[in-house]
Amino acid sequence: MTGSGSLNITSAIVDPALLDLPWNLPLDTWPDDSIATLPKGISRHLVRFAHLGGYVVAIKETSADIARREYELLRTLQRIDVPCVEPVAVITNRTDDDGNGLDSVLVTRHLKFSLPYRALYSQTLRPDTATRLVDALAVLLVRLHIVGFFWGDVSLSNTLFRRDAGAFAAYLVDAETGSIYETLSDGQREHDLEIARVNIAGELLDLAAGGRLDEDTDPIDVSNGIIAAYRTLWTELTGSQSFASTERWRIAERVERLNELGFDIEELAIKTDDGGSQVRIQPKVVDAGHHQRRLLRLTGLDAEENQARRLLNDLDAYRSTHVDGEVDEELAAHEWLATVFEPVVRAIPRELKGKLEPAEVFHQMLEHRWFLSQNESRDVPLAEAVSSYIDTVLRHRRDEATVIDPPTGAFTLPIAIVDEDDWRDRV
Amino acid sequence: MASVTFDKASRIYPGQARPAVDKLDLDVADGEFLVLVGPSGCGKSTSLRMLAGLEEVNEGSIRIGDRDVTDVPPKDRDIAMVFQNYALYPHMTVAENMGFALKIAGVNKEERASRVLEAAKLLDLEDYLGRKPKALSGGQRQRVAMGRAIVRSPQVFLMDEPLSNLDAKLRVQTRTQIASLTRRLGVTTVYVTHDQTEALTMGDRIAVLKDGILQQVGTPRDLYAKPENVFVAGFIGSPAMNLFDADIVDGGLKFGTATAKVDRETLAGASGKKVTIGVRPEDVVVAKSGEGLPVDVDIVEELGADGYLYGHTDVDGNRVDIVVRVDGRVHPNAGDKVVITPQPDHIHVFDLESGERLSKKAVETSK
Repeated sequence: MTGSGSLNITSAIVDPALLDLPWNLPLDTWPDDSIATLPKGISRHLVRFAHLGGYVVAIKETSADIARREYELLRTLQRIDVPCVEPVAVITNRTDDDGNGLDSVLVTRHLKFSLPYRALYSQTLRPDTATRLVDALAVLLVRLHIVGFFWGDVSLSNTLFRRDAGAFAAYLVDAETGSIYETLSDGQREHDLEIARVNIAGELLDLAAGGRLDEDTDPIDVSNGIIAAYRTLWTELTGSQSFASTERWRIAERVERLNELGFDIEELAIKTDDGGSQVRIQPKVVDAGHHQRRLLRLTGLDAEENQARRLLNDLDAYRSTHVDGEVDEELAAHEWLATVFEPVVRAIPRELKGKLEPAEVFHQMLEHRWFLSQNESRDVPLAEAVSSYIDTVLRHRRDEATVIDPPTGAFTLPIAIVDEDDWRDRV
Repeated sequence: MASVTFDKASRIYPGQARPAVDKLDLDVADGEFLVLVGPSGCGKSTSLRMLAGLEEVNEGSIRIGDRDVTDVPPKDRDIAMVFQNYALYPHMTVAENMGFALKIAGVNKEERASRVLEAAKLLDLEDYLGRKPKALSGGQRQRVAMGRAIVRSPQVFLMDEPLSNLDAKLRVQTRTQIASLTRRLGVTTVYVTHDQTEALTMGDRIAVLKDGILQQVGTPRDLYAKPENVFVAGFIGSPAMNLFDADIVDGGLKFGTATAKVDRETLAGASGKKVTIGVRPEDVVVAKSGEGLPVDVDIVEELGADGYLYGHTDVDGNRVDIVVRVDGRVHPNAGDKVVITPQPDHIHVFDLESGERLSKKAVETSK
């Protein structure tokens, strides 16, 4: 299907299926059989989704320089373990069948089970969901700033969200305006934060204008929330703290507090002042994924941070009630995996596997079991809770592996729409 | 509105030997459109970010009007970073898209409406205020995005390569719009680009930077007619100025078999027996034979009335590329051998070692 012999593909993943896409056609004219319909945010460039050898890719048409730059940035972010979409390829030198040049494209892999914020409500976006999205975005922004990434266009639209045990985990989607520095200045961080605040307010006001925001949600309050969430986390992760040298337990306390927030301290600076009577500590290198790493080490399961926390809680509870206290952690984890987690996952009928990720199913099933037990004032056994959850909850959810619908709202063609409202009522 | 002053402002990154911006002294007048231009890594974006408050100023200071903003957080500087990627929200009207940032800032409804209307008049968007972005053309959407910045009535607009992600046609259109709009508004604007054509067409004045050091600041005409050093001479103008070495001889300069008269006063400042001379492609005379610098013609690019001859010559055993403007219809062809001489009085002379300009006079271009 490729129309040009000089097509240039730079790709980290050698996938010959890339050659089968119709690169000789402008993206807006691609035939339906190549296109997957997925919801997306408000985009500057035309972005479409296509099936590629068993997975879905997002294809963005842009200039060669921008595509290459963003590809490299995303590769760097991936290498340093920042949650972002996976870059697949940059394709330049595209021409149509008459030899006319076409825009270059950046291909990224669609993140399975990820959702744009516009797909996270059926009728209207509720205030608690909006707040959780903003909280997730604040965590992502702090992580990006810690590694020296200035985003330049922080917004809900440029982020994808994965469910994470009642919260959300945010992934960077659009790095076009970003740059990596050795470290960021306070001014750069403040600027990103201000951009985030204004963009989130704009996005929520837009939902409100379209009748898609719950009446109890104040767009400006919610968008202001990112400032506080960001600052609290930033201070916890990077702030220095002084105490008397007799209070050394405060070091352990700080480490635990960061662990609780999901971070490990890789490097801690410790200084003594005033002839040794005062100690000052400051985390120098922190690494997200405290619970994720522990879960992975014990069980081999790869989950989001809060899911991992939830699973570990269940594992620890299992260990304290079912296993002899002398048995080591690894053995107990192995037993929990075989007798608790895996039976739950296996119980999900094949046709429901695309609804949610296994770790999220497990989390929701635990919640369900808790509610059942509350209602019936008895300990509902696991097997009973699982079948009840599958039949009364999971079966009725939509598939979220690759969400289809609501259709995308990108505007690429000018369409004349005359609005009768007086604009003065709407500023 | 306000002026902007960089007062020996430096940005030094930790662990870097050379400052990214080195003692920048620059005054931007109230209402002026100043372009910072230079190759990648020259410090232009860093300078703009220092003004925006995104980069620390390690030495010196920056003032907006009379106010020292060196340590003021970005959002309190009363500047607007206008960037190309403002999203337009599809369910909001043009008026809402332009005014919502004021709403967040707590500006009351009446004031919002009046500021939005004022901006819309300037942007020729008055008739579209009640419409949704879908109903607008690409250029109109760009103007709505500008409107978002204008309604805040900042003291200074800052633009960092704002056109880089537009296609060529929209870029030229938007370039013109931005330049005329900021002049109508009379807002001081600092604009960063790597593209010297963009700089020449947009700026009231242009500041050329290289390796963190300001090379020259002046009007487009100043830079074109009187580049202060070899770097500016080669950077400003497209195709670039021809630059090659020549020997100082009695009464002037010798290159190839030709000599050119250059007054003694100019050459007295030279540090050696050679200088670098610069001649713009439009200031060269081409002949089939005779005295001058022999040039082998590689290719001739026809552009209608004019054309450009690209060739090469040999100066002291080194290959030097030469570009000459020629008639678009009657011209030598690839493979021909020609002889070139600079138009008298159209030679820029630079010191071979320091690269500094030796000619006192500006060289206005022929035709």
